[in-house]
Amino acid sequence: MTASIQTHIRNFSIVAHIDHGKSTLADRLIQVTGGLSEREMTDQVLDNMDIERERGITIKAQTVRLSYKAKDGQTYVLNLIDTPGHVDFAYEVNRSLAAVEGSLLVVDASQGVEAQTLANVYQAIDNNHDIVPVLNKIDLPAAEPEKVKAQIEDVIGLDASEAIGISAKTGLNIDQVLEAIVARLPAPTGDREAPLKALLVDSWYDTYLGVVVLVRIVDGVLRKGMRIKMMRADAAYDVDRVGVFTPKMVAMENLGPGEIGFLNGSIKEVADTRVGDTITEEKRPCAEALPGFKPAQPVVFCGLFPVDAADFEDLRAAMGKLRLNDASFSFEMETSAALGFGFRCGFLGLLHLEIIQERLEREFNLDLIATAPSVIYEMEMNDGSVIEMHNPADMPDVVKIKEIREPWIRATILTPDDYLGAVLKLCQDRRGNQIELTYVGARAMVTYDLPLNEVVFDFYDRLKSISKGYASFDYTITDYREGDLVKMSLLVNAEPVDALSMLVHRTRAEFRGRAMCEKLKDLIPQHLFQIPIQAAIGAKIIARETIKALRKDVTAKCYGGDISRKRKLLDKQKEGKKKMRQFGKVEIPQEAFIAALKMDD
Amino acid sequence: MTIGLHPAPGPLPAPLLQGREDWEGQKAATVRPDTPSLRPAQTEGGFGVYVHWPFCLAKCPYCDFNSHVRHEAPDQARFVAAFRREIAHMRDLHGPAEAQTVFFGGGTPSLMEPATVAAILEAINTAWPIAADAEITLEANPTSVEAERFRGYRTAGVNRLSLGVQALEERDLKSLGRTHSVAEALAAVSIARATFGRVSFDLIYARPRQTPESWARELARALDEGCDHYSLYQLTIEPGTAYERLYSAGKLIIPDDDHARALWDVTQEVMGAAGLPAYEISNHARPGAEARHNLVYWRYGTYAGVGPGAHGRLTAGAERRATFTERQPERWLQAVEAEGHGMVSQEMLDTFTQGDELLLMGLRLAEGIDLPRHARLAGRPIDPARIAALADEGLVERSGDRLRVLPEGFPVLNAVIAELAR
Ligand SMILES: Nc1nc2c(ncn2[C@@H]2O[C@H](COP(=O)(O)OP(=O)(O)OP(=O)(O)O)[C@@H](O)[C@H]2O)c(=O)[nH]1
Ligand code: SF4
Ligand SMILES: [Mg+2]
Repeated sequence: MTASIQTHIRNFSIVAHIDHGKSTLADRLIQVTGGLSEREMTDQVLDNMDIERERGITIKAQTVRLSYKAKDGQTYVLNLIDTPGHVDFAYEVNRSLAAVEGSLLVVDASQGVEAQTLANVYQAIDNNHDIVPVLNKIDLPAAEPEKVKAQIEDVIGLDASEAIGISAKTGLNIDQVLEAIVARLPAPTGDREAPLKALLVDSWYDTYLGVVVLVRIVDGVLRKGMRIKMMRADAAYDVDRVGVFTPKMVAMENLGPGEIGFLNGSIKEVADTRVGDTITEEKRPCAEALPGFKPAQPVVFCGLFPVDAADFEDLRAAMGKLRLNDASFSFEMETSAALGFGFRCGFLGLLHLEIIQERLEREFNLDLIATAPSVIYEMEMNDGSVIEMHNPADMPDVVKIKEIREPWIRATILTPDDYLGAVLKLCQDRRGNQIELTYVGARAMVTYDLPLNEVVFDFYDRLKSISKGYASFDYTITDYREGDLVKMSLLVNAEPVDALSMLVHRTRAEFRGRAMCEKLKDLIPQHLFQIPIQAAIGAKIIARETIKALRKDVTAKCYGGDISRKRKLLDKQKEGKKKMRQFGKVEIPQEAFIAALKMDD
Repeated sequence: MTIGLHPAPGPLPAPLLQGREDWEGQKAATVRPDTPSLRPAQTEGGFGVYVHWPFCLAKCPYCDFNSHVRHEAPDQARFVAAFRREIAHMRDLHGPAEAQTVFFGGGTPSLMEPATVAAILEAINTAWPIAADAEITLEANPTSVEAERFRGYRTAGVNRLSLGVQALEERDLKSLGRTHSVAEALAAVSIARATFGRVSFDLIYARPRQTPESWARELARALDEGCDHYSLYQLTIEPGTAYERLYSAGKLIIPDDDHARALWDVTQEVMGAAGLPAYEISNHARPGAEARHNLVYWRYGTYAGVGPGAHGRLTAGAERRATFTERQPERWLQAVEAEGHGMVSQEMLDTFTQGDELLLMGLRLAEGIDLPRHARLAGRPIDPARIAALADEGLVERSGDRLRVLPEGFPVLNAVIAELAR
């Protein structure tokens, strides 16, 4: 692969609402430009993690360098970044946008503009991107490209007259997209002769290469063998390899201004690299660092405990390994009266939590219990000190607390008019304050301020279910506000289970307590004795359910001395018990801790 | 080691007695040098032989036994030859022993010609001399056709008949797919009683629409027949059966747990009052009339299983081998003819597994299990705290070395065993 002429480089990200077809468009671009052979091609080829493939969503942004021979006869280098659509991974989008000059804004022509369309396009505009609107899925009978064009103009204020109608699935008009990238997106600026200045976009751990760093060169040239310096981290390393992704890793001699690629060298740990840092040459540093960007902040916390206490050290090792590739997740040791040793972990959102838990279980063969997710509360104490609390079990004595503050978000929800009433009720029930209500074509767009702790567990699921899947949702955290919050405990068979305790707003406590007791009644299997389940604030019981004792199980015949079959059943029962955790006399299934929080309203 | 259980002597099988000396002679010829592993199998729990006859005239919709329906009647002579070879093979594996019980199960063993039964018994006797007071049971469907063969079975040596009556309500017999009527079944019962003396009567309860009252009436009617052994099984929905398909499609509604419990309670009341308490979770007998063959399973004794899809537990010293044969009758035949046996799996059971198996079987019995024996088999005792917790709930009782499940514990036996077996 040869070095590229700067005027012939185009860097862009593909942004859209979840599922609008970003990764499928990336497939077509790779295919049409010959980045992969037919044999190497699969659907959403850039979604290479097992979890991405199974769930059909993108979690990690991916970069690909394509070589495109345009109609003007010239060959261009196109660096595309496919980004995730789910709100939990907004951070991935954010840093991708900082590495490029333009965006393809993909809108599903059968769905129209959705909440993440807005969130992502506004971010692209904030990054001074030139934007090419693309209307995808026009092969679908329900596609209404003209209406969607009008929406883009009305709501976003972008000129959509030259929006390209495509089908990423069939490949229709992909050539037009490629031409538009060349014609309508700018070439990168940058001084080849200046000292090296590059943005550290991402880094991860590769089993063969060790730490791999994704960089965008702004000025100067990054060469193999160079000694580089990370400006903010103030550390220097030798570069062994530089290269690009086609999407396969291909080595290069150097990378010049405007190019996006990887380097690898004497860096030992991903923790040594800071996303957003500026990379320069040690002996000829650049004068000023790039502005960079804020690291991802975990917003949801929960405890992760091994079902089998003996797996604690394995869990620690597994978390360490996972964190190598996912710096947005944090963990520190925690002890629980009920669950023993485990870790308090921070996540970007509930989907992120689910994914990390699933990866730990699958890739490291662990069985885990996740406790009730919590947001970060601020406690202002009577003595004037302020405590950050991620874990309801750490709640200080209430008489010492002057004020409890909780994080609030600003949420944008788009919904067909038919479901507006239900959506408003949901937001209202969750203590929301309505800020704005406007219309995008036939759809309502509402803006609400909501406490994050009302949204974290199941708001998104509820929203999808009350709107039959049509409403979309995006949010950003805005500020901390005082709230009348109390600690609610759950007692199973008269014993408090700290892993189920949570902070709730006083006005919501009874409702939540009742919902949790009802859920737990279904989640905990019948035992040989009766089990009371109670929710309490302090010593006051606010809700109660009872699991009746098991009275009859199936007495199957034992035929012709076939004990093996009975044994299989017994082994299955034992397996089931292994996935439960004993609290006093009661066994609680591992998934109950999270499932108990999901409310049916 | 028996508690309140006395094997019924039962009439001696006349034909077997006559051939006694010959068989002794044959036995002497097959005994190998007395190596420890070939010593007569330890008799803890006894030794019995199970023979599986895999054919039925029609498949009952609830049934998941190894039963097959064939348009053409199977060649019984060919099966006899195969049984002979497989029995000889099992004898080589297990070594010498005295057969205290023999059980012909199925399928429908009453589709066998009496000569087939006689020939198989002879083969067993050659391998393992059948004790003079052995219990020899055959399962039969209570149709008039089959009743005609009862005499022949008796002559062949069968001394106990187990009749699959299943219900005493016409409507339910039909929906259970049974081919006999109530009257026909009861007629078969009385012929059987006249022929064998020892007769057991099978009924299925917790059937769709069954109420505790109707079940109590049905039990009373069954007791009127004066048998000394009743097997009362809860209807269970087994994978792969027609009932399972109906059940998952919502077309078959069976009693829920509370209702099933009420039916269970009625069963215990009526049978207890009649002097036939449960000696096993689903089996009721007048004291002394217990099924000795099944006791071999439940006491975790030793048994050879021959025929298609038969299970065995063979012992040699402290080792216990689980055997299982090919289920499909024709493939079983071919395997036996080619290799002398139809076994598809043999597993040496580790101590852990043996402990679990003893719990699974032994706790079905009212007499319970011997804890030191369990500890010996399992390689470790049951955690006393677990026993104590269950005893606190009134589900089990420990007295001396014995652990028994109490009446409150039997309806939830699976859960009780799962607590003890972890
Ligand atoms: N009919 C039709 N379906 C399409 C088209 N493009 C994508 N899809 C389908 O839409 C679904 C989502 O496509 P993806 O490419 O995974 O969407 P995405 O935007 O990358 O999704 P996230 O990364 O999870 O945000 C898949 O089932 C695709 O097959 C199209 O042009 N026409
Ligand atoms: S007769 Fe017995 S073995 Fe045969 S199908 Fe019916 S229940 Fe099953
Ligand atoms: Mg994607």
